[in-house]
Amino acid sequence: MKKQRFSVVAAMAVAGMLVMGSAHAGATFDAVKKKGFLQCGVTTGLPGFSAPDEKGNWTGIDVDTCRAVAAAMFGDAKKVKFTPLNAKERFTALQSGEIDMLSRNTTWTFTRDTSLGLNFAGVNYYDGQGFMVSKKLGVKSALELSGAAICIQAGTTTELNLADYFRANKMEYTAITYDTSEETIKGFEAGRCDVLTSDQSQLYALRVKLPKPDDAVVLPEVISKEPLGPVVRQGDDEWFNVVRWALFAQLNAEELGVSSKNVDQMLKSNDPGIKRLLGVEGGFGKFIGVDDKWAYSIIKQVGNYGEMFERNVGQGSPLKISRGLNALWNKGGIQYAPPVR
Amino acid sequence: MADTPTVSSQPAKPKLTRDPRFRALVFQVLALIAVAAFFIYIVHNTLLNMEQRGISTGFAFLDRPSGFAILQSLIPYSESSTYGRTFVVGLLNTILVSVLGIIFATLVGFLVGVMRLSRNWLISKLAMVYIELFRNIPLLLQIVFWYFAVAFNLPAPRQSLAFGDLVFLNNRGMYVPAPVVGEGFWMTGVALVVAIVAVVLLVRWARRRFETTGKTFHTVYAALAIVVGLPLLVFFATGAPLHWDVPALKGFNFRGGLTVIPELFALTLALTIYTAAFIAETVRSGIQSVSHGQTEAASALGLSHARTLRLVVIPQAMRVIIPPLTSQYLNLTKNSSLAVAIGYPDLVAVFAGTTLNQTGQAVEIIAITMAVYLTLSLAISLLMNWYNAKMALRER
Repeated sequence: MKKQRFSVVAAMAVAGMLVMGSAHAGATFDAVKKKGFLQCGVTTGLPGFSAPDEKGNWTGIDVDTCRAVAAAMFGDAKKVKFTPLNAKERFTALQSGEIDMLSRNTTWTFTRDTSLGLNFAGVNYYDGQGFMVSKKLGVKSALELSGAAICIQAGTTTELNLADYFRANKMEYTAITYDTSEETIKGFEAGRCDVLTSDQSQLYALRVKLPKPDDAVVLPEVISKEPLGPVVRQGDDEWFNVVRWALFAQLNAEELGVSSKNVDQMLKSNDPGIKRLLGVEGGFGKFIGVDDKWAYSIIKQVGNYGEMFERNVGQGSPLKISRGLNALWNKGGIQYAPPVR
Repeated sequence: MADTPTVSSQPAKPKLTRDPRFRALVFQVLALIAVAAFFIYIVHNTLLNMEQRGISTGFAFLDRPSGFAILQSLIPYSESSTYGRTFVVGLLNTILVSVLGIIFATLVGFLVGVMRLSRNWLISKLAMVYIELFRNIPLLLQIVFWYFAVAFNLPAPRQSLAFGDLVFLNNRGMYVPAPVVGEGFWMTGVALVVAIVAVVLLVRWARRRFETTGKTFHTVYAALAIVVGLPLLVFFATGAPLHWDVPALKGFNFRGGLTVIPELFALTLALTIYTAAFIAETVRSGIQSVSHGQTEAASALGLSHARTLRLVVIPQAMRVIIPPLTSQYLNLTKNSSLAVAIGYPDLVAVFAGTTLNQTGQAVEIIAITMAVYLTLSLAISLLMNWYNAKMALRER
């Protein structure tokens, strides 16, 4: 009798799996709408990009990109749940549907965009890889680093660029690879390595975590292009559009001079570009399946791109990173969004 | 003779559906089909989903260049090596730390286990404290402790602790002189092989003599003298063809010699100390399982204490010790995957971590990794079972 019961259970399990079937692509938008909140993958803690503050709220540029998407979807930037992920976990979490989008200073590269079943929705930060060393070493250039031990985070483009750079310049190095950026900075702090390499923005963010930030210097060399941006699963164009345009709305808002402070007055503006962006005319919301006030919600609750930048990594933050490449196209940078029309 | 007793004396043949053996067979076949169907279904479903989502599949990535560096490799490896080689590097690093851990844990475990049974109060209590302390603290915490709290607090390379200008210890690792083999060193190797063969023959001869005449022979001392003496004699006769590459401070760090990286040190230490606590308990229970009457009988025969232990107690205790010891070895090997917490480049860190992330081939890589651990575990199991069978009680 025992065996009989077992086979019944097994048969039921198989039947259950068959009913569940395979998840079909194109369902993320509906699924997010239905569950009522956005599940967003972020870093495990990188000041300025995504880190919990003293009150336990997640803050940072990557976090705000998630909030902007939630604002567009639901008219409420708070409808986000965050999943902290390390570099190695991030793509699997997105591929398997554990998260709806990934906003985790992830570099847009060819293989990631084409072979992983993922799509990059845009660039929320233009970065490049650099080196941080202890001042005591007296090193002035990355070209003096031959023979150094270098701390890196495992599974990143940084790891590959580093190898390319040292090989191209015929220099040797010892790679100390850690799983998280916390371990990486701990290794650097303890002197396990002479150099810490990462995207420049991260170097500034990690330097703040050192007991004496002034003892470390960031070398002038930038050895790679690192366009960082939000990622979604391939094959759900509706969802892809929402994420991409939430980011573009913030950039357009900055360009048009609309900020979280003046957005209510701007509703009365006569500028047709502002009217279209804020949903006063045109009714563009339906094209991406959301409310016409989608961009208004983003700007009101999260702010335009410039506000988001200054608050998290710019002059309003301990990182004090200058806009550089991340300035708008008409102000000497390369941040550029297609117009809302 | 009119009736047919053959029919009535035997019970009527039951219907096939009522035959318990037949029914058991049917249900087992059904269960097997269900399980097989389940696996075929999940494999098919996974492949289908991956194809729909545009995730590339297959094992072709193993031939692509990896493009990243690995801290420690036992075989030549560079950034231009393939992902396949990355796998081998990770696997060898896992095997290295497991073998080191198993050897040290066995030594420490046996020592502590015997100490735990000592009549000396202090020694026995010390062993008890050791066991209770390290057995009850999670292994991950111990690994992190040895790495972040101990290895990182060693001085920087320029202030290294030096032992006679030969061995240096700093927060980058331990630097020891590396042997550099010169011309003619192979003859010493040959001498060692010859010595080992000679010892084997000697042991056989001694046993035969003992069985026929009852006279014992100091095999251990003779064997030691042969194994050490003969190669040493040849070594000096050929002009000592071996010199040492002594590490020296150059640039950022020491160059030359052999380096024991702190990641390996911390991981081996943590695995050793943790597993040894369990082995110690196994050893204690094994020794306690041997009835005291055996010891008494041995001393009544006039055997010395050492011979009693070696010939009477330990062989009997081993039968109890080996099965749980096997599972400790398995645990140690599997626990070595916690290496990832401190950046030791083992299989999980290098292959199931970095390679997985760089290629995105999660399903293939996890499958390979699981297969490797399964194989390692089965191999250890097989070896220990063979040893167990050799040690088992043989009744004559």
